[in-house]
Amino acid sequence: MSSNDSTSKTLMVALALCIVCSVIVSGAAVILKPIQEINKTLDRKRNILAAAGMLEKNATAEDINKQFSDINTRVVDLNTGKFADDAVDLARYDPLKAAKDPDLSEALTTKQDLAKISRREQYAVVYLVENPQGDIEKVILPIRGYGLWSTLYGFIALESDGNTIAGLGFYEHGETPGLGGEVDNPRWKAFWPGKQVYRDGEVEIGLVKGSVDPADVDAPWEVDGLAGATLTSKGVTNLVHFWLGKNGFEPFLNNLQAGDA
Amino acid sequence: MQAIKETLTGPIFKNNPIALQILGVCSALAVTSSMKVTLVMCVALTLVTAFSGMFISIIRAHIPSSIRIIVQMVIIASLVIVVDQFLKAYAFGISKQLSVFVGLIITNCIVMGRAEAFAMKNPPMASFVDGIGNGLGYSVVLISVAFVREVLGSGKLMGFEVLPLVTDGGWYVPNGLLLLPPSAFFLIGGFIWVLRSVRKDQVEATEFKLASHAPVREGV
Repeated sequence: MSSNDSTSKTLMVALALCIVCSVIVSGAAVILKPIQEINKTLDRKRNILAAAGMLEKNATAEDINKQFSDINTRVVDLNTGKFADDAVDLARYDPLKAAKDPDLSEALTTKQDLAKISRREQYAVVYLVENPQGDIEKVILPIRGYGLWSTLYGFIALESDGNTIAGLGFYEHGETPGLGGEVDNPRWKAFWPGKQVYRDGEVEIGLVKGSVDPADVDAPWEVDGLAGATLTSKGVTNLVHFWLGKNGFEPFLNNLQAGDA
Repeated sequence: MQAIKETLTGPIFKNNPIALQILGVCSALAVTSSMKVTLVMCVALTLVTAFSGMFISIIRAHIPSSIRIIVQMVIIASLVIVVDQFLKAYAFGISKQLSVFVGLIITNCIVMGRAEAFAMKNPPMASFVDGIGNGLGYSVVLISVAFVREVLGSGKLMGFEVLPLVTDGGWYVPNGLLLLPPSAFFLIGGFIWVLRSVRKDQVEATEFKLASHAPVREGV
């Protein structure tokens, strides 16, 4: 027992153990990395398709990749609202990381910062769903913002008119399960398609308390609120307002309609 | 042979790590809102406990006692990282739901407890079996908790609909409390109650007795 406790033996055991364990850990990480990367990419594609309402039930990896081949990934300069594909390297660019980088993002004033994200990246990655003739059918835009407990990350899809919503979905959030977490409920998400975003040039779409009365004149701009989740509902309204507003994608959507993007 | 069997099955009811030793409750609260995630967590914890026990036992004669906890932690942490990497590669969806809790297996009291209490004193094979046994004991509790939480909390089991929800046009109003971690406290408490009603020897001796009330007297 005493020989085990000598300083040299202690150091030797510690060193040997660390070497063996680090080899095992880094080996596992390196060998499995390619598969993990594929999973991550597939997961991202799945979220984008789900937001656009294009994801079929039980879609396999192959289906998703095939569907995604019709989607054109583009970079948009949010300041000018024009395409800026050469500004960043798409394969390596991460908008969420860029939003934290002072060189690639700008701070938002309290008044601007509806979505409570504090900084917004200059270049956003958008996805254009095109038909075989090359016409844009849907535009899928990344959105994010603060709810009650957490930042919700998702996508919103707009029809080619840049005003009608085709779908909305969140792929990451930490809202209360059963209450705010109902943003994942397919029945709630089904309220979005067909709704209008802008009225007289202003973002009008938002969540209302209770159910929307279809006969109401405001109904095209209203979506049912989440029962028991007032703050998550407000957060969703705010983040949609921000990202489709003047500091978000509104300039880009206008340019796209004018054929000037 | 008898001893091996005892090591394997003992921790399931007789010496359950959660119900009797009250270890590993943290993850039992966190991951049990759906059965699928729970099962993966149980497998992950069982494998980590078994293999860490085995590896620690193999080198137990050479571990300096001054750094033995660190040695155990390094082995456990390495195994957990390997498990986490495998989950990310082959069960991405579930690994996303488990998020930090796979990493937190490192600090799970059951793993450390078995390493310190069993693997340091027993041969590798017995330590491995002990790890499997304790993993099973953990799994029994988690699976029963997850069963109640998922069925009554979201009307589903393994993601399949069991009780049609009102929001989907059915009749069942889900109990939202069961989706939140504190509900697992009540369920684990209930599990321990049932277990100790059946196995009276697990009931702890009373630590103190309430004194009887002083007799009521009229003011003088």
